[in-house]
Amino acid sequence: MLNLGLDILGLARFQFGMTTVFHFFFVPFSIGLAFVVAVMETMYAIKGDEDYKKMAQFWGKMFLYSFAVGVVTGIIQEFQFGMNWSEYSRFMGDIFGAPLAIEALAAFFLESTFIGMWMFTWDRFNKWVHTLFIWLVMFGSSLSALWILAANSFMQNPLGYIINQKTGHVQMVSFGKVVGNPQLWNEFPHVIFGAFVTAAFVIAGCSAWRLLKKDHVGFYRKSLNVALVIGLIFSLGSIASGDLQTRYLINNQPMKFAAMEGLYKNSTNKGEWAAVSGFDTKQHKTTWSVDVPYVLNLLSYHKTTGTVKGMNQVNKDMHAKYDKKFGSDMNYYVPTKTLFWSFRIMAGAGALFALLAIVGLIFNRKRSQLIMKQRWFLYILGLCLWLPFVVNTAGWFVTEFGRYPWIVYGLLTIADAVSPNVSVASLLTTNIVYFAMFAIMGLVMIILCHRTLKAGPDVENTDGYSAGDTKELDPYSKGAFNHD
Amino acid sequence: MTSLQFLWFILIGVLFSGFFFLEGFDFGVGMLVKSFAKTSDERDVVIKTIGPHWDGNEVWLITAGGAMFASFPMWYATLFSGFYLVLFLILAALIFRGVSFEFRANMKTDTWRNFWEWASTIGSFCAAFLFGMLFTAMIAGMPIDKNGDMTAHFGDYVNLFSVVGGVAVTVLCLVHGLNFIRLKTTGELRERALSWNKILYPVLFAGEVVFAILLFFSTDFFDKKPMTTTAIVVALVIFTVLAYWGVLGNHEWLSFIGSGLSLISVVVLIFNGLFPRVMIANNPANSLLIKNSSNSPYTLHLMTILTFTILPIVLIYFIWSYWVFYKRLASPKQNA
Repeated sequence: MLNLGLDILGLARFQFGMTTVFHFFFVPFSIGLAFVVAVMETMYAIKGDEDYKKMAQFWGKMFLYSFAVGVVTGIIQEFQFGMNWSEYSRFMGDIFGAPLAIEALAAFFLESTFIGMWMFTWDRFNKWVHTLFIWLVMFGSSLSALWILAANSFMQNPLGYIINQKTGHVQMVSFGKVVGNPQLWNEFPHVIFGAFVTAAFVIAGCSAWRLLKKDHVGFYRKSLNVALVIGLIFSLGSIASGDLQTRYLINNQPMKFAAMEGLYKNSTNKGEWAAVSGFDTKQHKTTWSVDVPYVLNLLSYHKTTGTVKGMNQVNKDMHAKYDKKFGSDMNYYVPTKTLFWSFRIMAGAGALFALLAIVGLIFNRKRSQLIMKQRWFLYILGLCLWLPFVVNTAGWFVTEFGRYPWIVYGLLTIADAVSPNVSVASLLTTNIVYFAMFAIMGLVMIILCHRTLKAGPDVENTDGYSAGDTKELDPYSKGAFNHD
Repeated sequence: MTSLQFLWFILIGVLFSGFFFLEGFDFGVGMLVKSFAKTSDERDVVIKTIGPHWDGNEVWLITAGGAMFASFPMWYATLFSGFYLVLFLILAALIFRGVSFEFRANMKTDTWRNFWEWASTIGSFCAAFLFGMLFTAMIAGMPIDKNGDMTAHFGDYVNLFSVVGGVAVTVLCLVHGLNFIRLKTTGELRERALSWNKILYPVLFAGEVVFAILLFFSTDFFDKKPMTTTAIVVALVIFTVLAYWGVLGNHEWLSFIGSGLSLISVVVLIFNGLFPRVMIANNPANSLLIKNSSNSPYTLHLMTILTFTILPIVLIYFIWSYWVFYKRLASPKQNA
């Protein structure tokens, strides 16, 4: 057999990272687009302005592409726990299975059924009923995020369980505590708001490119306006919810927090915050940094005093706490550079989005032509359409790399969770094939969105279920009765 | 075995039955995109028969998988890690056929439309075949160790029995898809589906007979439960006969319900034979049993309450969505 220095643990981790990141390009995009499209269609229902209907249909097309890819890549996720992480599945089944099953039952049925309804019934239902369909899709997809994050939150911060003495597996004792996990209620709004921001800035970016070409100016300015209003509200929301989530970490996952701020040593009362730093991860030292006083305390405690534990201290604490069960050769340091920079990308982008939205809304006022004159701004907006995907990925990097070496915090290590019976060859094959498939799907997605944009909003919607019908209807079918 | 464990064993069976009944015709229709539908317009119509539904139908699989995880994690872990490569190929097939409908509709050149049409056809064939093969191999017994880890080799899951099982399920899905098209279209396509099924049903009968014979030799079903196993095999054949009768007499609903119930009989056959096990090991001592593979009573109780609250609501709107698209689609005019 080939020996490339690959092991099942490394390959399984890579696969989880790759499939999750790819899946999570489309999840927030779909949830966000469902929301924005729902807002647009609601405005059509209220105002009766055909432009809004056109907007809902036009951006709805991208939503449908994204949804299709999101669905099929999601199945990989569900199967993957059993396939690559069978020990994890056995250990966590009592807790993890329930939210996953509820997700399918309560959320997936709702979104998949009503997306079919929404797609094919533009001309069949009254506009309020049709608008309700897209809201139900949006509600279903948010609900699915809630349940999968409930499962993830347990991995970050286990609550409501006991360890079964006979099997050594976790066992649920309080569903209320699993669902009421504060980690979940900090994480969920942040993810949902992030999804809305994602869709808003993709729409804003696409509109900006078309405006640069002076194409359908009225239509794209209107789209831009809806996108930027939503973008502004929810980028502020993301920042606020991100702040809540980060501060929750100080006590619950101190290692993750310290790594995000690049602190090896305990901070002093002055609260120096490193804007940028270099690290020597082998020696566990900061090599250089640009510090700003008090900011760390402002970020951590919303006041100027206080101290935060550094990674070296946390490492000692963790050894004291876990050595009895997991042995003394555990490494509790997380990938510091990844967390430090991912966090800065995320936070920086959050602020940038809010700023862009404000400036954009000012330029795009109804009677002003500023937006058409400030071409530099449209270029920036156009480039920023890729940024949300980077930011979403950075966010998950912080959350998941920061959990290292645990798969379930304090209870099970990643190394103990992998399927023992899967071979390196199998994992290598699946990694390569998934990668190729993702590349194809990603490429097709981009091409389709680009083509849709180029074709413009005037292309007739052909997704009517009755399209292609002729007059020869079956006498037993329902439609035949209102036919002459 | 507690009554809750028994209930969940049944529920998993019900969810897989729902999946095969619904996704069965989806797979069938998907397979027909390239051969049965001859022009691009015909393909539009054929795909549109499942357009609003395929996604919801696939959720039955996701729910069955999730429910298995939530009720029998040991079963889920052993099955999914053990049949690693088969499941991987199923995933690849489901992914390609899943995106094919939306992607095909938006392709501009014939080459690329062609590509996604083949993706739908091959993906659907493979998915149906591999599911049939997986479940057939599973009931024949697998090398499973004390920890519940399965280390099967190629020959363990690809052999005469499992291939026949795979082919039988594929043909069953194909006739089910044709029966669905007979219900959902008018004109040329509807008639063609009928004439195709006249040829395919004798093939299916042959497949079912071979499958039943191999079932006798390859599994312990007839030793352990001779009465029920025989009864279900007979039921399977009767449903197929009824469906065939519906083909010969042109009773469309009878054919569709018949082929659907045939698929459900296969699931019932498997679950009946498994009981009281969930995974059959070559060494009987290592077989996973319902009583020692499940979650805690607390979780099972919780899941029972939630499922019986949510599922009825789901069924109402799920069925309603079929009602909304009850209308038949006309075949495109030739040379139009």
